[in-house]
Amino acid sequence: MFVALRDLKFAKGRFALMGTVVTLITLLVVLLSGLTAGLGRENISAITDLDADHLVFAAPAADQDISFSDSVIPAQTQADWADVAGVAAVEPLALGMTRAESGARTTGVAFFAVDEASALPPVAVRSGEVVLAEQAAEDLGVAAGGTVTVGGVELEVAAVAGSDSYSHAPVAWISDADRPMTGTAPDAATVLAIRVGTADLAAADAALGTETVTVADSLNAIGSYSSENGSLQLMRGLLLAISALVIGAFFTVWTVQRSPEIAILKAVGASTGYLVRDAVGQAFVLLLFGTGLGAALAAGLGAVAATVVPFVLGPATVLLPAALLVVLGLVGAAASLRRIATVDPLTALGAAR
Amino acid sequence: MTMHLNDVTLTYPDGDGRLTALDHVTLHAEPGELTAVVGPSGSGKSSLLAVAATLITPDSGQVLLDGTDLVGLNRKQRTRVRRDRIGIVFQSANLLASLTALEQLTVMAHLAGEAPTAAGERALELLDAVGLGAQAGRRPHQLSGGQRQRVTIARGLMNEPSVLLVDEPTSALDSERGAAILDLLRRLTTERGLATVMVTHDRDHLAHADRVVEIVDGRAHALAPA
Repeated sequence: MFVALRDLKFAKGRFALMGTVVTLITLLVVLLSGLTAGLGRENISAITDLDADHLVFAAPAADQDISFSDSVIPAQTQADWADVAGVAAVEPLALGMTRAESGARTTGVAFFAVDEASALPPVAVRSGEVVLAEQAAEDLGVAAGGTVTVGGVELEVAAVAGSDSYSHAPVAWISDADRPMTGTAPDAATVLAIRVGTADLAAADAALGTETVTVADSLNAIGSYSSENGSLQLMRGLLLAISALVIGAFFTVWTVQRSPEIAILKAVGASTGYLVRDAVGQAFVLLLFGTGLGAALAAGLGAVAATVVPFVLGPATVLLPAALLVVLGLVGAAASLRRIATVDPLTALGAAR
Repeated sequence: MTMHLNDVTLTYPDGDGRLTALDHVTLHAEPGELTAVVGPSGSGKSSLLAVAATLITPDSGQVLLDGTDLVGLNRKQRTRVRRDRIGIVFQSANLLASLTALEQLTVMAHLAGEAPTAAGERALELLDAVGLGAQAGRRPHQLSGGQRQRVTIARGLMNEPSVLLVDEPTSALDSERGAAILDLLRRLTTERGLATVMVTHDRDHLAHADRVVEIVDGRAHALAPA
């Protein structure tokens, strides 16, 4: 990187401008990544934190996908699943959205109704009780021992535990006996949370008219998550693609501008490999500096933003997008390097023809 | 080491036919001698230099550097020859804008994979030899035309080549500075035992040459030195 590093110092203005572009794109991508993860967590944390490895849904119609909104598993199917060999645990879970009230304060909650013996809630819940997520308790201004109305049923707050939410609403764990009316049979579940041992899931699904997926695969069955996450990921992907194109365009122009110098270096004995390594090194330094600064700024802003909006600050939302930008930037820069190979050293002589 | 061009012919595409730039040209450059190649514009002087520098492969003939024919070498080998065995001084002082005078030389050593310390010392010695020791830290835009050309000469010598190819070294300089550059080339050729080939259109320069070759319409004729 003999020439590359000196070029970086010499053409400060040009590289500072490009570095600023990389910094701003990194800032955008990291902030978007943190927001995407934050919004995603508000959508799915109650599901991902379930003590289960698979969820059983009612099999959808041929042209439909599984959905938490549409799935109804009757009592008989629940019993049949409990008898399937090789399944370690079967926990029926009925869930939906409802309103919770405490005095004059109200908030939307996701009710997760389970059997009294269920191990799914953070704290065991009995009939007449509710276990509220911290956000719900805060919104309602209640603590353990207080009283709230969930879906028209008055319940005592047994505990305030966890920060799980579902579809952007904090979770209220209630007994199946207290669940609000949802239009389905009182003993029907939305899904079955299971822990699989050696069970033949495909055979069980075929026999019982269900569809079993891993917890991770079940997330797309949350309607708001799949559409919201899809849009944000698309924006993130487009930003990454734009950054690769912008960096590629910059280095293409830069390479064209320094073609005479490349010709001189080739004429005096620089190999194409040497020049390519030099140019890639230059791009790497620029990207490392730009993304480093952008990621640091985004981490600082994200830490502030996390107090008011859902935002996840961590290696996956800061370091991973920054690393991805470096890689894609190098790919963009590499596309411009083809020109280095085509520069004819003869042009350094100028008057040869 | 010597450089011999034997019966070299070079043609370029020209419409439906081909234009002959060099027509069976033979030229010998011996160590410690300055060979001047003169001729009018478009006569083929620079083409001759490009062939000698392995930048163009001739249609036929040999380019022998100490007995090795450079014509058959592949691109990598030719690049290595230019880096290690041939120094090139361009018509305009083709320097890299971001490098200081010293770095214009040390980059040559870097290309050859040489340690920076030893290269730095040799580069300073060379800059001293061309009278620019005090300007080592200056970039091209901070140097005069004559100084830039001196840096180019020093760069051409950095990897201790046996052959120095010089293309119209004074074309961008006034007569006083041009004469100083020619004196420098003459001195370095003798002191370092270089086989120097200098292309020029100025016949006043022939007084500095040991051999003179005139090229007219691609054909070479030996002339007596002035």
